[in-house]
Amino acid sequence: MELFQLNRATSIPQAVELSRHAKTAQQGADVRFIAGGTTILDLMKLDVERPTCLIDINHLGLDRIEATPDGGLRIGASVRNADLAHHATVMRDYRVLSEALLAGASPQLRNMATTGGNLLQRTRCMYFRDTAMACNKREPGSGCSAIDGENRALAILGTSAQCIATNPSDMNVALAALEAVVHVRGHAGERTVPFHDFHLLPGDTPNRETILEPGDLITHVTLAAPHRGATSTYLKLRDRASYEFALASAAVIVDASGGRFNHVRIAMGGIGTKPWRMLDAERALAGAPVSEQSIMNAATVALRDATPQSRNGFKVELAKRCLAQTLRIATGMAHA
Amino acid sequence: MKRTSSNPVAPNVLGGGLPRIDGPLKVSGTATYTSDVNLPGMLYAVPVCATIASGKVTSIDATAARNMPGVKAVYYRGNIKPFFRAAPPKGFSGMLDEKRPPFEDDMVHYWGQYVAVAVARTFEQATAAAHAVKVTYSADSHDVDPNLSVSGKMTEKSKRGDAESAFAAAALKVDQNYVTPTETHNPIELHATVADWHDGKVTLYETSQAVVNHREVLYQMLGVPKSNVRVISHFLGSGFGGKLWPWTHSILAAGAAREVGAPVKLVVTRKAMFQAVGHRPRTQQRIRLGADASGKLVSLQQDFLNHTSILDDYEEDCSEATPFLYSTANLKVMGGLSRKNVGTPTAMRGPGAVPGLFALESAMDELAVALKMDPVELRKRNEPTLDESNGKPFSSRHLQECISTGAQKFGWASRTPDVGSMTRDGLVLGWGMAACTWIAGRFPAEATVILKRDGTAVVETGTQDIGTGTYTVLALVASEATGIPLDRIEVRLGDTILPPGPISGGSLVTGSVIPAVTDAAKGAMKSLLTAATKGANTPFKGVSPDELELVNGRVQRRGSPASGASVRDVLSRANMNDVHHTASSGPTFGAEDKEHSLHSFGAHFAEVTWQPAIARLRVSRVVTVIDAGRILNLKPARNQIEGAVVMGVGMALLEETTYDKRYGAPINANLADYMVCTNADAPTIDVTFLDHPDLLINPMGARGVGEIGLAGTAAAITNAVYHATGIRVRELPVKIEHLL
Repeated sequence: MELFQLNRATSIPQAVELSRHAKTAQQGADVRFIAGGTTILDLMKLDVERPTCLIDINHLGLDRIEATPDGGLRIGASVRNADLAHHATVMRDYRVLSEALLAGASPQLRNMATTGGNLLQRTRCMYFRDTAMACNKREPGSGCSAIDGENRALAILGTSAQCIATNPSDMNVALAALEAVVHVRGHAGERTVPFHDFHLLPGDTPNRETILEPGDLITHVTLAAPHRGATSTYLKLRDRASYEFALASAAVIVDASGGRFNHVRIAMGGIGTKPWRMLDAERALAGAPVSEQSIMNAATVALRDATPQSRNGFKVELAKRCLAQTLRIATGMAHA
Repeated sequence: MKRTSSNPVAPNVLGGGLPRIDGPLKVSGTATYTSDVNLPGMLYAVPVCATIASGKVTSIDATAARNMPGVKAVYYRGNIKPFFRAAPPKGFSGMLDEKRPPFEDDMVHYWGQYVAVAVARTFEQATAAAHAVKVTYSADSHDVDPNLSVSGKMTEKSKRGDAESAFAAAALKVDQNYVTPTETHNPIELHATVADWHDGKVTLYETSQAVVNHREVLYQMLGVPKSNVRVISHFLGSGFGGKLWPWTHSILAAGAAREVGAPVKLVVTRKAMFQAVGHRPRTQQRIRLGADASGKLVSLQQDFLNHTSILDDYEEDCSEATPFLYSTANLKVMGGLSRKNVGTPTAMRGPGAVPGLFALESAMDELAVALKMDPVELRKRNEPTLDESNGKPFSSRHLQECISTGAQKFGWASRTPDVGSMTRDGLVLGWGMAACTWIAGRFPAEATVILKRDGTAVVETGTQDIGTGTYTVLALVASEATGIPLDRIEVRLGDTILPPGPISGGSLVTGSVIPAVTDAAKGAMKSLLTAATKGANTPFKGVSPDELELVNGRVQRRGSPASGASVRDVLSRANMNDVHHTASSGPTFGAEDKEHSLHSFGAHFAEVTWQPAIARLRVSRVVTVIDAGRILNLKPARNQIEGAVVMGVGMALLEETTYDKRYGAPINANLADYMVCTNADAPTIDVTFLDHPDLLINPMGARGVGEIGLAGTAAAITNAVYHATGIRVRELPVKIEHLL
């Protein structure tokens, strides 16, 4: 870990001002916001991130969960994962989000980790986290060690010849299914970003993971009013029962009243380079009867474009089973 | 984890459930572990780890590092006093797995080998400096390929009869290969050394399971007189064998402290724990079993390989249990090493027996399937009457009682043998079992017991409490021998100034030290009672010491409390400050011409749940029955077995150190990517001890308890996995992709 300066921001404009002249807001940023610190401090200890300036954003009043006038929810960027997961409205109206949060990390980490921070959670690719090894995400142009290496846990969707790192967040999968909106304050004012557009595919620039630019501060996330009559659930499959990242996970929101899929939203985790919305599977299910056949068809459609690597081919089948079971649970065909 | 135990718990008596006497120190955070030792003016050392797995260091540029804030020095070959090689060990004295001293030459033989060390005022400064040291290498090709082939020759480990011919003629055969992966110990406490020199003498605060051995090695490697080295290890945050023998960081810390002229602390990072402080090596085993139609074994063959490092010959003796566990007229076991560019392996909990029993007990299950015979019945039909490898009787063997007791507690009788035939709450159940065994015996030990004027007693012996309850059990033994209440007994361990005690290895400490402590306590008592008859104006004038006893800290005529005098009074009248006695006990382990075969035995019964819809496998319960002689303190004994079973779940389903073939590095070198069991993975565990005293081991009849709980567990689980899924996993750990 290198020496760094810690600034405690006292207002949102000040936090924006302190960071707007940074060289980048992506990998290798010289200025970083810190909230829970559960990712950035780890990466600083590993020398993967070497910011010279940290801006503490824990005192900007971004720790509130509030109802919005249109019946939705506004979640502050520094709301802790544990508080969000156990919030009464979230547990009642956005169950998939509560379940996803509680499936992640450990109670200690959830007590520290924040909503904004989790949006920016970095990959667990082992090569990204070891500075002795080539990694295009950490050091553009150095090569990808994972493609020909230990890639069992890595992505099968959205990969490129430069990077196959998985987005590890559980929360992001739920937010993708909920079609959340990310609110960003930059030096030119506030803007809103649909969740689907917030994360970037690795392409030729895996070091760029989001649309954030220097000076951009995530202030909150908003959720639309819950879909009437829908149930939602999150299922995470992993090697051990706790404290482990997903090999495949699925967030599903379904209104299946009348025996048909009237409203379906699906996102999956553990298999994509970003939180993966399953639009084709949603289309395949729209209006279809609630049946094993519909579900299996959707699972097949969802993984149609998967491109596995040498050691993660099993994820294709595992992800299909994961999605199928999540749909069964959401429609009452199986128990959680 | 839910816990049940079938043994009654009575507190504060031998065999009962006494909490650890050091428990309050541990739970309050006031026990001083090695990395908690802070000395005035102390500096921090952080090694620079090689980033090639084979080759040569061509240059080291520490200019930038030396100029960083707080940096005191950067040492490497040529600018620090050289270290020496230690002589080969004699028995268990002078043991060392990685024998090459750091900086001996410019060669690199494994990824992470220390090539330099930075010393600075803070850990963070030293870390930054170590990172800034520029090392250039000339890399050679390396080999970390998980497929093992023998380097050199296979050697014969055990042989009787004609195994090949008997196998060829057998009615039923099993011939399979089994693999266990590299495993890293990963105790929560990182390895650490604090070195403190004064006038050419060094005190080493160490994370050590063997302080006496540590001194034996370090004095030689540092080139100083033995009497100039003191090694202290008061508490250990677990070792699992990884902290038995010295590793290179200890020598580096001591050398750096000598050079820089200040105390130095070196704490090995979690990442380096996967590189330079040993691991259980990968093993490959071919097992061939031949049986007749009745299930009687007619031939047993085992051929095993384990990887070792380029420079050191570490053997993971997978034949530890094979020659004596079952009866068979024909047996042959061969073993060999496979050299790789990895750090030197070392003993990890149940070395040899644990991977060996995974293979043997898996093969026995496969034989039971082939015979269409219950695996419990198969083991019953192959119970030996003596140790057929050497013709000696067992000191105490109750394996069949372990199995029958376990079967009864588990409910084995209701098992239906067909794959996938048992279900509960929509889950497929798999039931599997395995036998286990582990060494028993004694190391030599010396102990002193001091009876002090204030009526308290002190027990001193240079063994260690590595978290297993040694402080507590020795206090119990001394209390029972002297009649002094437990809260007036102090136990001093983990220091080379004490009488030499044994290594904390092989689960042998308790059995080894008890005779010495018992004799020392009796000797000190005899001195006290003799003194009582001799002091000025003693009320016991003319009384034979044999007619006296010590009860609750008072000397009295036997059965006559009214005649009592306090210890203070007795010693004052004799003008003595205290009485003490030192006693020793000899070894059985490794000793010649022993008359009996000494082993502990046990059986595991495991249940897994299998949910094919989502490929989810969990271990739901384990019943373990252990025959380890008399149990001296049930609570920590049960704790040992429960912990070992949890470790067995990790071995079966999770643990594996993966080497990247291109870099040669252990790539999952952290606690997120190297998976060990979480509490959520731990099954319900029911532990039973048979409690048959083994008086041929020691006067208390106690064998050790620890490693045996891990032996066989993985096989019981993979046997259950087969029963649930029909998939026989012969290469650990069982992964989701094996079961899809």
